[in-house]
Amino acid sequence: MALMSTVPAFAAEQMLFVSQGGAYQKAQTIAILDPAAKKLGITINQDSVPDAWPIMRSQVATGKPTWDVVDVATNFCLRGGEQGIVEKLDFSKIPNAAAMPAEYRSDYSVAYEFYSSVMGYSLKKFPDAATAPKTWADFWDVKKFPGRRSLRNHPLATLEAALMADGVAPDQLYPLDVDRAFKKLEEIKPNITVWWTSGAQSAQLLNDGEVDMVMAWNGRISALVKEGAKVTYTYNQGILQSTSLCVLKGAPNLPTAIKFLNEAVDPVHQANLPMQIDYGPANPKAYDTGVIPAARVAELPSAPANAKAQALMSYAWWTSADGEAAEKRWLAFTQK
Amino acid sequence: MSAIDPSLRYRRREQGLMLLLASPAVIVIVALVVLPVGWLMGQSFYDGGFTLEHYKRIFSEDIYWRSFLLTFRIAFTVTVLTLILGYPVAYAAAHARRPWDMLILSFVILPFWTSVLVRAYAWLVLLQRTGVANQVLERFGLISDPLALVHNELGTVIATVHILLPFMVLPLYSTMQKIPRDLMLAGASLGGGPLHTFLRVFLPLSLPGVVAGLTLVFVLTLGFYITPELLGGGRTIMISMVVSRNVELYNQWGAASAIGVVLLVCVLAIFMLVGRVIPLDKMLGQK
Repeated sequence: MALMSTVPAFAAEQMLFVSQGGAYQKAQTIAILDPAAKKLGITINQDSVPDAWPIMRSQVATGKPTWDVVDVATNFCLRGGEQGIVEKLDFSKIPNAAAMPAEYRSDYSVAYEFYSSVMGYSLKKFPDAATAPKTWADFWDVKKFPGRRSLRNHPLATLEAALMADGVAPDQLYPLDVDRAFKKLEEIKPNITVWWTSGAQSAQLLNDGEVDMVMAWNGRISALVKEGAKVTYTYNQGILQSTSLCVLKGAPNLPTAIKFLNEAVDPVHQANLPMQIDYGPANPKAYDTGVIPAARVAELPSAPANAKAQALMSYAWWTSADGEAAEKRWLAFTQK
Repeated sequence: MSAIDPSLRYRRREQGLMLLLASPAVIVIVALVVLPVGWLMGQSFYDGGFTLEHYKRIFSEDIYWRSFLLTFRIAFTVTVLTLILGYPVAYAAAHARRPWDMLILSFVILPFWTSVLVRAYAWLVLLQRTGVANQVLERFGLISDPLALVHNELGTVIATVHILLPFMVLPLYSTMQKIPRDLMLAGASLGGGPLHTFLRVFLPLSLPGVVAGLTLVFVLTLGFYITPELLGGGRTIMISMVVSRNVELYNQWGAASAIGVVLLVCVLAIFMLVGRVIPLDKMLGQK
């Protein structure tokens, strides 16, 4: 009996948490998962998969899912909600999330961490900050800023960047004018050397001088900066994106999963995440905990000052019929 | 007295034994290949009920035939190139003395032990703008601007040829090795020059290896995914990439598996057509 009281793992409560693996999942384990498990007295088993969506679908289709909580790009949580693959959340049981801004959560999801699609560029090509590209309009201006360019081989954030390049204000993007975005993309297409598909590739392209300018995830470029590469990036007109936590429909440990959801967005755990990896906390209260030093705050995508300079991605729009149609249109665009 | 010939009975028993011995393999193939492939084929007609929607999509949207066309074009190019590159290598290996034949073969097989991913990145290092190939060419003054060797169809073809070369060389080698040297001597003794005896004697005898190699390389190229994804620059969209996109984009497996079915039908049709023109089974020495 004495043993049971000192070892919380003995408690029968378990759950399975799934994220994307690698350094990112390790960082979460230190900052969020282990502390949360300890505080709640539960055991959090982990799994990782780079592309969770098809598995979420097939797990629910079998009627006996084994996953409880999934950390996945927010649009998949929303789509899952629409298709009955994800549980509807009762925010009265998730007070930490209820205090977060409304656009950071939905009926089916709670934002977990933020990253940003930013413009990165070579300091060898643009050594002077005064004459370096600063906006998407600059990225599109091949005369004033000659050089090779790369964009992500995916419409998410890329259409937003195209519209900003065409003069749409970052807070006026949605609903996206898809025709206008593709028209603007056609303009830059001949100057795109590579449409990158993996984050590692985007970093490699910039690092090797294969391209001079790239739209990439902030963490990929900041990692290059840390390694001493002559590159930098700007949060100006970045597109702020998030992964969210959602609970699979019929999750085997639903009550535990909800408890965990609340704990995962606890301001202190959230504040510890950016101490491990270059992602920003999803709960803005994390910035008030005093855990993150001011110099670090300035580097984070979701820091209030940086968030203000960026566009917040609307996952609701991307999961709408128009958003899905835009996604289907992408392949035809890159193929021609 | 039984009228059955004892040797027939023996043969039947042997056949039964062979069938028994083969049954684990048959069960494995049925369970892991036939059933899943059958299920996927079924899914391609399913969307809550019977549907042809997935096929309609393939035949009504441009992207599909564009990718099919590109995939077959790359497969054809790669197959021809591996044959041109692989035939002399196999010939050299089949005619070299020990240990040189083993050395040649080990150079062919060695890259097998490296993952496709690593090899794709290695090609990136060699072929990109600041890569080894462009630097060497620039050093010697052969080019003034770096060539676009990768992030396009060319880079994809180069790396695919490299990856699939062993699949051409090995069947060629095994066929060539079995061609008796005496036949070439006989040809020479009848007055044939080296080129003449090669064209009239060696080449026809090596054709089964050629057909096996062509088939392997062609079919394998059709399914390439990582190489075009990493080296194609996002423009070289082979059909496997469309399959993966459809898994992500549509909510039915059928949207993806219908592409697989169409590809399978195309490949079978091509082989039937080729089979009409060239007697493949005879060449492979089966009949």
